Amino acid sequence: MIEGFSLAAWMFPVLFGAQPAAVAVPPGHDELVIDLSRHEVSVALNYAGAELVLFGATEGAGDVVVEVRGPRRTEVVRRKERVGGIWLNSEEVVFGNVPAFYALASSAPLDQILPPEELAQERIGVDHLWLTPTEKIADQEANAFRAALVRNKQRVNLFPAEPTEVKFLGNRLFRTDIHFPANASVGPYRVTVFLVKGGEVVRSASTPLILSRTGFEARVFDLAHTNGLAYGLLAIAIAVVAGWLASVFFRSKA
Amino acid sequence: MQIYLPIAEMSVNFLLILGMGGGVGFLSGLFGVGGGFLMTPLLMFIGISPAIAVATGANQIVAASVSAAIAHWRRGNVDLKMGSILLVGGIMGSGLGVWLFTFLREIGQLDLVITISYVIFLGVIGGLMFIESVRAAIRRKRQVRRRQHTHLWIHGLPFKTRFRRSRLYISVLPPIAIGFLVGVLGAIMGVGGGFVMVPAMIYLLGMPTTVVIGTSLFQIVFVMANVTVLQAVTNQTVDITLALVLLIGAVIGAQFGARAGAKMPGDQLRVLLAALVLTVCAQLLFDLVRTPGDLYSLGIVGAQ
Repeated sequence: MIEGFSLAAWMFPVLFGAQPAAVAVPPGHDELVIDLSRHEVSVALNYAGAELVLFGATEGAGDVVVEVRGPRRTEVVRRKERVGGIWLNSEEVVFGNVPAFYALASSAPLDQILPPEELAQERIGVDHLWLTPTEKIADQEANAFRAALVRNKQRVNLFPAEPTEVKFLGNRLFRTDIHFPANASVGPYRVTVFLVKGGEVVRSASTPLILSRTGFEARVFDLAHTNGLAYGLLAIAIAVVAGWLASVFFRSKA
Repeated sequence: MQIYLPIAEMSVNFLLILGMGGGVGFLSGLFGVGGGFLMTPLLMFIGISPAIAVATGANQIVAASVSAAIAHWRRGNVDLKMGSILLVGGIMGSGLGVWLFTFLREIGQLDLVITISYVIFLGVIGGLMFIESVRAAIRRKRQVRRRQHTHLWIHGLPFKTRFRRSRLYISVLPPIAIGFLVGVLGAIMGVGGGFVMVPAMIYLLGMPTTVVIGTSLFQIVFVMANVTVLQAVTNQTVDITLALVLLIGAVIGAQFGARAGAKMPGDQLRVLLAALVLTVCAQLLFDLVRTPGDLYSLGIVGAQ
């Protein structure tokens, strides 16, 4: 589902400041205004990922880094070991507060506009996420498991490895496409934009975004998770009716 | 055309799932088997987590078995007393199976146990079928007659009762044990277990073949319904959308399969089925012993 949008429709409110989502500081002081093409993505039966557009304006020169962070969740990383010729899970490490989704976009290669210390301080990038095991383990082990967590998330596009591009339209307006894969978790997201000048983050602004199940998907999920018994009985009822219908239909044909 | 599965939380191709249901349905119609033992591995091959594949497979089997069970019931091929006693074991077995399933999932060994169970069962069943069909081809030339009632150790067990429909006077313990084993398998592997139950009923219990299929289907419907409810309550791993698409495909496929099967000789069919079962078994075994691309994987958190 790709969100169609008209450039004019978006330029208008951005240029004339009609209710932008995030307004910062008085003019002339590194102003940063941003908004999203929509703040709610509905996950319905035909959901196969979503495409959003982030728009913004800055006061004059500078680079822009966009961070999209998904809802926090607990993740378990397991390591396989070979036992008697068969690979099975042995060690496991639990990480709390892992963003379900984490993507970056920037107007220039990240390492060219921000030094590593600044990235670390602002916690930009997966290397600087606060990923700590819930139980104390040796540093070397923690690092191996942390790297594995990031690698596994990257493999399924939940931590896209390469930042996407932020395009400047002239030297004040910028836009970028935000892509959510179909496997991105439902929940509250936050889009944060950092304005970078001279190797430093001078300002940031953020705006919320929510991925929520709607319609049939929402009802099925809610029932499954709030009333498992009713859900199970419903599943059986559907199966029995379908089986019975099939026997009636094909008997009359035979 | 993509559809989003609400419980599996992934987007899949509608036609692929429908085609899988149809393919497995075709084979089950062709060979007269339930097809659960092919459906679950196939779902796992396309990336659906084993937990969801097994629980959803159980739901799909209810639909597939209901129509067949109704047909057998109409022809009077169900031994209700035997079916009920098998069911007592089946309910207990599936209860234990779902509990075991939940426990294994929490300690991160569920995928392994499911895969190993499949390798063992598919290997044994496929191997036996292969040998049997080769033997059958030889036996046809020699015409050996088997005795009707062999006296086994089973006939010495207590709690004997009369099963009029099956013309048997045996202990209730072996049927309960068979039902129990099949219940455990159903919960962990998402299979109806007909491939274990039918030979056991014929060779161990000595039931007449006319009532065996109907009675086993009767027990499968209720045991798999029990598995579906228990899985839905404890693990929330039954995906209604997935089950529905699979069963639409399976129901249609089964009709074509049954028609195709009528035109092919039985022995050849059995060799084909044996080859298919052994192929799936080999693929799963390969996955177990091959060095994984990444030794680390993400799992679900037990207490959430």
